[in-house]
Amino acid sequence: MADTATIEKVSVIVSKGSLEGIYPALIMANGARAEGIEAELFFTFFGLDAITKKRWEHIKLATVGNPGLHLPTLLGGVPGVPGLVTRQMEHKMDKLDIPPIPEFIEMIADTGAGIYACKASVDLFELAKEDLVEQVQGIITVGEFYQHAAGGQIIYT
Amino acid sequence: MPTTTYDNTGVPIDDEGFFTDPARWTEPMAEQIAKEAGIDALTDRHWIVIRFMRDQYAAKGTGPTVRVLGKVSGVSVKELYQLFPKGPAKTAAKIAGIPKPRGCI
Repeated sequence: MADTATIEKVSVIVSKGSLEGIYPALIMANGARAEGIEAELFFTFFGLDAITKKRWEHIKLATVGNPGLHLPTLLGGVPGVPGLVTRQMEHKMDKLDIPPIPEFIEMIADTGAGIYACKASVDLFELAKEDLVEQVQGIITVGEFYQHAAGGQIIYT
Repeated sequence: MPTTTYDNTGVPIDDEGFFTDPARWTEPMAEQIAKEAGIDALTDRHWIVIRFMRDQYAAKGTGPTVRVLGKVSGVSVKELYQLFPKGPAKTAAKIAGIPKPRGCI
């Protein structure tokens, strides 16, 4: 029987606060756990939005400066357009059984993956532990992140 | 195509050990497959998941994702990972004698 699993642990760094910045990281971490690979997520800079109570339900697709969207730049900046395009994308993802960000993060925490916030970013945005969702296991420094990540792969999204 | 023997019966499997013909699976085979997958004994909770995998495969032609398992099978995501530490959807599919589920979620 072929045993192809050679990666045993991954640490995924999430630094962007856009829909297309956050989902790939969540999918990579969740997919790792589905394969029995140890996984953790480290949210830094704008990535913190994904684990901030006030913000995690309101993550938007970047409609300005996003060539992948094939939308005229000016149109992307029209009020209402980011929300509309985001809803369309969420609708498509729902059909593919990809959960909304809050449900996805709850699910990933339930798989046993670690969820951590970057201390420098938490300080920068003047946030406190209470501002973050309950799934966050700790606010850690970069040094502590590297200790957690030791012996595994680091993925930056 | 490789074959292996469970419960004194030869069955065709793929390179990763998943059944390619779910109709050849029988319940007595499950314990043996589970042991190979690192699970010493199957509890009633494991069996809820295994039967759910079979039912979903029969209905949809593919095994469910962990998300569906957690929502519909009656076993939470947390418990699923306790029961099948090496990945619930994949491990349970193997024990349940259905092909490997393919999906990113």
